[in-house]
Amino acid sequence: MKTNHHFAFFDEGSKKEIRRAILKAVAIPGYQVPFSSREMPIARGWGTGGLQITLSIIGCEDVLKVIDQGSDESVNAVSIKKLVQTTTGVEVTDLTQEATIIQSRHRIPEVPLDSNQILVLQVPAPEPLRDVEAREYMTKILHSEEEYSGAWLQLFEQIMKFGRTTTGADHPVYVNHRYVMAPSPIPRFDNPKMHQSEALILLGAGREKKIYAVPPFTDVRSLAFDDYPFKVESFSGKQCRLCGTSDVFLDEVLAADTGEVSYQCNDTSYCMERLNQAEKAEVENNYA
Amino acid sequence: MGYVAVKGGTEAIEASINRLQYERLQGGKIIEVENILATMKALVDQVMSESSLYAPYLAALAIKQAGGSMEEAVFLMRAHRSTLPRLYYSETVETEAMFTKRRISASFKDIPGGQLLGATTDYTHRLLDFNLLDEDSDENEKWLLDYKDQLSKIEQGRQPEFFPKVVDYLREEGLFKTYEKDEKVPFDITKQSIQFPAPRSAKLQTLTRGQTGAVTALGYASLRGYGQVHPTVGEVRVGNVPIYVGHPYEDMDIEENHYYIGEMEVTEVESFVPVKVKNEENEDEMEFEIGYGVCYGQNETKAIAMSILDQCLEHPGSPFPTHDEEFVLLHIDSVEATGFISHLKLPHYVTFQSKLDSVRQVRNGGASQ
Repeated sequence: MKTNHHFAFFDEGSKKEIRRAILKAVAIPGYQVPFSSREMPIARGWGTGGLQITLSIIGCEDVLKVIDQGSDESVNAVSIKKLVQTTTGVEVTDLTQEATIIQSRHRIPEVPLDSNQILVLQVPAPEPLRDVEAREYMTKILHSEEEYSGAWLQLFEQIMKFGRTTTGADHPVYVNHRYVMAPSPIPRFDNPKMHQSEALILLGAGREKKIYAVPPFTDVRSLAFDDYPFKVESFSGKQCRLCGTSDVFLDEVLAADTGEVSYQCNDTSYCMERLNQAEKAEVENNYA
Repeated sequence: MGYVAVKGGTEAIEASINRLQYERLQGGKIIEVENILATMKALVDQVMSESSLYAPYLAALAIKQAGGSMEEAVFLMRAHRSTLPRLYYSETVETEAMFTKRRISASFKDIPGGQLLGATTDYTHRLLDFNLLDEDSDENEKWLLDYKDQLSKIEQGRQPEFFPKVVDYLREEGLFKTYEKDEKVPFDITKQSIQFPAPRSAKLQTLTRGQTGAVTALGYASLRGYGQVHPTVGEVRVGNVPIYVGHPYEDMDIEENHYYIGEMEVTEVESFVPVKVKNEENEDEMEFEIGYGVCYGQNETKAIAMSILDQCLEHPGSPFPTHDEEFVLLHIDSVEATGFISHLKLPHYVTFQSKLDSVRQVRNGGASQ
């Protein structure tokens, strides 16, 4: 009763169905397309939406990169990469520019993506209006009527209470001037990267059974008021202690012994790449 | 490179999987899948039901692989289910054709066809049986021979019996509405995502594959006070039902074109719930409605709880959460609930950093924008 799995795990019927949902999502930017969402060999809530997208679009020629919170070597990224590689045999990479498909949890890489790449984001909660309306039946109506007062009021309330908006990651965005969309819990720092992105961005929520998309060159605006403009996380005056960059999203690192706080690139492959380049330059200079 | 949070993932996973294997093997015993299949029917039944895959052998394998963890076993089965092409839909299963092993009614003492207690733990005393610590297979075999001997004497010359539904009797009396048979093709929740308001077929499918504990808890909540359904169990029946598929090219409506592909054991419950209705003169009148529960294998608690929730969801007007279809149907799935709860173990460094930034800005008087 031993069996081998099909290419990319799914039977072809399932892949087709997911691709149809993806096509619809691309055709209606920011709209959440329901799909049946198969159970995967990794847990619901652990990236199954992204994984289903990746598995249904991947071909033998693709080069895959998987990151979790910025890191290629994070345990869940490794686990997802392993599953895709075992069932497809595709090449994997850490280098952002080499990948054709990048599956990511909660980050958009620092290296700008181009039109030959697809970014697949894992989404835990696809509904940007869930905090103001618990019922799916109602939120669907609100979207269809472009009734987004709830989303605006949430921001307004924050300003009233705290003097500024207090959203963390997953700050809602307006896509193609029509749908308010949860960008997935990427930091606000990454929101602007979605605007007019050259790469296709696909977002998958496995447990909530939704697929949505930001097609290339689409307007994506973070929700904000004219007098309280959108602000990304501030790392002013801070730089990566390893590669010295200062214009990227930084992790705060606490030294256990001294309690000293330092910062380093959250995007580990970007940091590594810069370090290698620096080293190469140094070697070349020394030999020159 | 210095410190990177959760770096070295590949090695860590290898080591963790090895450790898991070690913990499974260190006791020095091997449990055969056949042993699980032969001795842990209730567990196998529950796994099949929650994974909505009727495959006892695979369920037993999943239990073995999962080290007895329900959620893991169900998860394994569901993931396997995803890889299987779905070739046919069966014809409607008629439970009147059930080869009944157990059938009871709490509504009537004498039901047409009679009560059939069958195998149940209901009337066992829950005392730990220390004799099981050293069971003797010779003695077991002798017991079995005796039992089969007695059985053959009783069963001699008797034909298998088919039981009418208890509700049919009440329907004749006009206490239950008779509905047109709904022959619409059921919504398939495994091929389309459920939309609200959900058709009843989608509700029933979601309930029957719900986590036993979750379905029981919500059914209980409704019964105890957070709901408006207080049923009487009209009938619980457990037994095997035959499954037929129609010929793909011949006329499906002709029974001769149906193929018998096997049987499966199910528990079926019809609960009777009194409801107030208006008659033609606009006067209040009482009549009964049915709450329906069904699940793979023998799991009566789940089937009864399901029948309560089915009835709750048919009356969405009530303010209780057990009557809210999104509340009930979106939270009882084992794979979804355990998956999302357990994802909290994943790193959330970026999201936390982002929130931290917000909180710090507010503390530093970020109002000056």
